[in-house]
Amino acid sequence: MPIEVILPKVDMDMAAGTISRWLVKDGDRVKKGATIFEIETDKSTMEVEAPGDGTIGRISAEVGAVVPVGVAVAFIFGEGEDVGAIRLPTEAPTAKTQDAPKPQPVAIMPATNGDSSKPRATPLARRIARAHGLELAALAGSGPRGRIRAEDVQQHLSTPAPEAKAPPAADSDLIPIDTMRRTIAERLVFSKTTVPHFYLGAACDVERLLKLRQEINAVEGLPKLSVNDFVVKALALALRQVPEANASWSDAGIQRHRSVDVSVAVAVEGGLFTPVVRAVEAKPLGQIAAEIKTLADRAKARKLLPSDYAGGTTTVSNLGMYGVESFAAIINPPQATILAVGAATRQPVVAGDEIRIGTRMECTLSCDHRVVDGAVGAQLLAAFRSLIEQPLRLLV
Amino acid sequence: MNAPAIRELSYAQAIQEALAQAMDADPRVFLMGEDIGVYGGAFQVTGDLVHRYGEDRVMDTPIAELGAAGVAVGAALAGCRPVFEFQFSDFSALALEQIVNQAAKIRFMLGGKVSVPLVMRFPAGSGTGAAAQHSQSLEAWLAHVPGLKVIQPSTPYDIKGMLLAAIDDPDPVMVFEHKLLYKMKGDVPAEPYRVPIGKAIVRRAGTGISIVATSIMVHRALEAAEILSGEGIDAEVIDLRTLRPIDTATIIASVKKTGRLACVYEGVKTLGMGAEISAMIAESEAFDYLDAPILRLGGAEAPIPYNPVLEKASVPQTEVIVARVRDLLQGRI
Repeated sequence: MPIEVILPKVDMDMAAGTISRWLVKDGDRVKKGATIFEIETDKSTMEVEAPGDGTIGRISAEVGAVVPVGVAVAFIFGEGEDVGAIRLPTEAPTAKTQDAPKPQPVAIMPATNGDSSKPRATPLARRIARAHGLELAALAGSGPRGRIRAEDVQQHLSTPAPEAKAPPAADSDLIPIDTMRRTIAERLVFSKTTVPHFYLGAACDVERLLKLRQEINAVEGLPKLSVNDFVVKALALALRQVPEANASWSDAGIQRHRSVDVSVAVAVEGGLFTPVVRAVEAKPLGQIAAEIKTLADRAKARKLLPSDYAGGTTTVSNLGMYGVESFAAIINPPQATILAVGAATRQPVVAGDEIRIGTRMECTLSCDHRVVDGAVGAQLLAAFRSLIEQPLRLLV
Repeated sequence: MNAPAIRELSYAQAIQEALAQAMDADPRVFLMGEDIGVYGGAFQVTGDLVHRYGEDRVMDTPIAELGAAGVAVGAALAGCRPVFEFQFSDFSALALEQIVNQAAKIRFMLGGKVSVPLVMRFPAGSGTGAAAQHSQSLEAWLAHVPGLKVIQPSTPYDIKGMLLAAIDDPDPVMVFEHKLLYKMKGDVPAEPYRVPIGKAIVRRAGTGISIVATSIMVHRALEAAEILSGEGIDAEVIDLRTLRPIDTATIIASVKKTGRLACVYEGVKTLGMGAEISAMIAESEAFDYLDAPILRLGGAEAPIPYNPVLEKASVPQTEVIVARVRDLLQGRI
């Protein structure tokens, strides 16, 4: 029997995946364990390995196709198994070959706008649309409850193609929405529309921190640290001091987290990821720096594993490297806080009765008011500031 | 003496002519039924046949349908060609053992060595004020039994030709005759002729919707189509004529042309002709041509009422067919 190559479930709540790349084609010989295709989930690209030795055949899902989990997308044929003649188990389940219930073959939908908005259409309308390669989603139905009828399709076909008639807007391009962009959009809309945000700002004196970092980085053999590594550590220790802010809102109750797992926003081409450094409060700075670097590299290569970005109890978003002085960030649900970090800038500061040149870094804490009240947020920000301004406390 | 080639006869007269011609042509043909002799039949279908063919060939039976039907099945097995009349189709419930368990199965259970060339006639349907036990349309019951053929001729021409074809047939054929059709007149050739069992006919060609109808509903569907044509709706009306075996090809071809299907029948809507035709179309190549939901117009889920207003309301009427087909074509269904 040929071996089925199915679309695997790589994430807890994954129902379907998009095939982003095939590394083999029909007729290629593969060894068990060789990467044969890649799938894109909400957050990452995953490699899928050949489940056995043999010759690839019957690849049924093209790049870009959204395939439900568990559906066969190809088969591996053994020695002497005829690719053309053999009856595949999912093609014609007969009483004889049905030793175990197999997932039924499911129509593989082209990646459009998700499965929630499957258009209502009559069989005849679908048939005509199929014959002309027309996407039904592009049509308006004149039937009851918007049902697309044959007449609607014919009308669409008989009117000249819109791009020939009048391009909708010559000075803009339509960029297709990929899985990551859609996920970002959905999560941020959810956050901004359901989480009551409030914002607290502080200008932290980072003169000592910058000096300390310079000293550490000058020592041969010690790991190189970024300002952000200190920020991550300081936020984790601050949350230890104000544990009521290391929490998440849920309908069942407020979940207070035992360890501080910090999501770090990493910009990538076309979007961003938020991989998680776990139990930050217990890790030395050097280890935090190394973990962040590994996660950021993996994110940029789109090789994060679902376990790399699951969870997180707070987030650090740092735009200082772009020269941004201050900004406010949107909370990453179900977390209750996010810290937006600006650039360290030299600026006039008042010291006693004098004005002198100091270095300040603007930090803005966004809080979910359902979990963190103003005073608690203020305590958290004060604790953070105190740690950042006395950075030796981050070392011991 | 030259009889005109084609005369106008009533549906009942067309039956009587077919029975007479069958008895003329074949001494094995004889008739059985309650009050079909001197009385001439409850609907005067057999009329004076008893005087022309004698009591041995036009045989009054006691009011004992099961026993009489057993006699008919036995006679058919012994080489006769009995034509059995139920006074009302409703009374066939008493004879189901003979019809369903004997007549339908004997040929199969004896390896094809014998057959049961039996014809049974069932005066059926509502509209005569005869209430729940004398008004039913039970054809779907018998159409569910392999081994039986079930026909519902809708015109004088068809009843004569199909009845003669039924008497020729080596297997049991159940003939459902709507009581309101008996007085209906139509052109009928004087000579014997056959209308094949198992062939539907397109009574009215159209492009907008296929209306499949049986028996009296064919006429209501045609009236409805006439009214709808004045509104720009061009309906095709198919007279199914045979409920078993169904002429699927004619219906599939029609639905592929029109993209819409309505089934109109007097039997109870659920699990009736419309259920079968709808499912058949959904399974067929015509599925891909459907451009609207399928419409079923059948009898109400209730015994036929005696009250004449309710009796009328309990089965599809012309104006209901018009309204529902209009709704479908104008996109409200």
